[in-house]
Amino acid sequence: MKKMLAIYQKELKHFFYSPIAYIVIAAFTVLAGIFFYLYLSSFVEAAFMDMIRSQQFRTPPQKFNINLQLIRPYFWNLALISLFVLPLVTMRLYSEEKKLGTVELLYTTPISVSHIVLGKFLAGLTFYLVMLVPTVVFQALLFVYGNPELGPVLSGYLGLILLGSAFIAGGLFISSLTENQIIAAIGGFGLALLLWVIGWAASFSGPGLAKVLNYLSVINHFEDFAQGVIDSQHIAFYVLLSAVGIYLTFKSLEAIRWRA
Amino acid sequence: MIEVKNLTRYYGDKCAINNVSFRVEKGEVLGLLGPNAAGKTTTMRILTCYMPPTSGDAWVAGYNIWDAPMEVKKRIGYLPENPPLYFDLRVSEYLNFVAQIKGVPNNRIQSQVDSAIERAGLTKVASQVIGSLSKGYKQRVGLAQALLNDPDVLILDEPTVGLDPRQIIEIRQLIKNLGGDHTVILSTHILPEVEMTCQRVVIINEGQVVAQDTPENLTRRLRGTERILLELDGDTRTVEQILERFPQITRREVEKLSSNGHVRYALEVSEDIRNQLARAVVESGVNLYELRSEAYSLEDIFLHLTTKEEEAVA
Repeated sequence: MKKMLAIYQKELKHFFYSPIAYIVIAAFTVLAGIFFYLYLSSFVEAAFMDMIRSQQFRTPPQKFNINLQLIRPYFWNLALISLFVLPLVTMRLYSEEKKLGTVELLYTTPISVSHIVLGKFLAGLTFYLVMLVPTVVFQALLFVYGNPELGPVLSGYLGLILLGSAFIAGGLFISSLTENQIIAAIGGFGLALLLWVIGWAASFSGPGLAKVLNYLSVINHFEDFAQGVIDSQHIAFYVLLSAVGIYLTFKSLEAIRWRA
Repeated sequence: MIEVKNLTRYYGDKCAINNVSFRVEKGEVLGLLGPNAAGKTTTMRILTCYMPPTSGDAWVAGYNIWDAPMEVKKRIGYLPENPPLYFDLRVSEYLNFVAQIKGVPNNRIQSQVDSAIERAGLTKVASQVIGSLSKGYKQRVGLAQALLNDPDVLILDEPTVGLDPRQIIEIRQLIKNLGGDHTVILSTHILPEVEMTCQRVVIINEGQVVAQDTPENLTRRLRGTERILLELDGDTRTVEQILERFPQITRREVEKLSSNGHVRYALEVSEDIRNQLARAVVESGVNLYELRSEAYSLEDIFLHLTTKEEEAVA
């Protein structure tokens, strides 16, 4: 446990000692900010137009639901940005150890492979949480100037974190396969994108397969979270996906030792 | 302390080491000597449980590498060929990290790190980022890492590579001092290093152990064909006649010294005939200036053993 913590701390240091971390955080924040601005202004515009219309025609104003029209699509967007940005977070998690030859250190010290994998996974997840902090600030602005429901926001974040942990576990696995960070990034992105779009193939396939493909699609399981519904089935899906990624990384690390 | 039995390792169908066996006693410094790609690193990687052998067995610090790799790892310090460093960490941060994953108890980490820094001569650079250090200092950080937690067994893969002559001397002295308390295996292809630091040598060539003994014994063994150097001043024909009388002389080379007109003979003999030779020379009236037996250096033995192997292959 102590050793896992050591790996975890070391990984966080790597993140924050290198400029990549700040570039990634900046890029994520800028993208999240732009989307937030666009959604907010179109929402405000729509609400404003409706107000004018209702005054002109003396009709009662429509109900504008900020949760439904702003927060929900915004979470969907954050998930999409995460898809692009998380491979950059996970790419060096393991490939760097291979490149530097530090695997030789890790494998000749009395630390178990599972501690290495979990330490790295948790560090990646922590970094993702840090990345999400600015978006919390954006959403807090809504609470200052409006009165959205809190529940869907919290469930949205829960969904994002679960989705992110699945991407991180997958990216970590890809990173453990290569010593090249670029390949790890592209591979991680490819894997995440595949899991994202796999549901699209469902409409072209038979009913049996369609069910499977729809189930595998990471974004299908996200919808409910963005709407404020916490379904244990979806939680189980993401936890399972993360577990599979972590398990594959574990196996890949073990295999490297026997092949080396 | 270390026992290696019939280790064999294949990479695909390429054989890296073949049936390697040797023993290292407690407190001994053993040199693993061989040309590049001889199998030194492979042997060390197996002993450190970095990878398993294809077949064979080994015990390190009393634990079997198959049955108890974790126990083995707890008792070793390993410096790989390329020091395993994180370039973005500071020296002290790095050593702290290694101490933690080596399982050093929290209350001893600081003292262990401090003593490793001191022993490896890193005091001046302890707060620098590893990436900014020179190659020699990086090598020392690697060594400091291996020394953490006072391992019973130290396994050092070419520890003096990339160091300047003064640092090499320092590191060799350090390794020499480590023997006694620690059992040390070091690999190198630099012969004087072995002569200076090791009590025993295992020579590996093309994956096989070609010789193992103390440096002195190895030199002595080659003395089956001993060399005698003879410097004389006198009639060459007389000298030749004297030398003819000794059937023990298997080979001789003559060299005329330009500085003083003396003649120097290098004789290969099958037994020690210095006393008879001296008497014969003096009795014949030839002036004898020097007569000494010349020890083969480890270098000669190494070349002898490794080239013999190559000839056998060819």
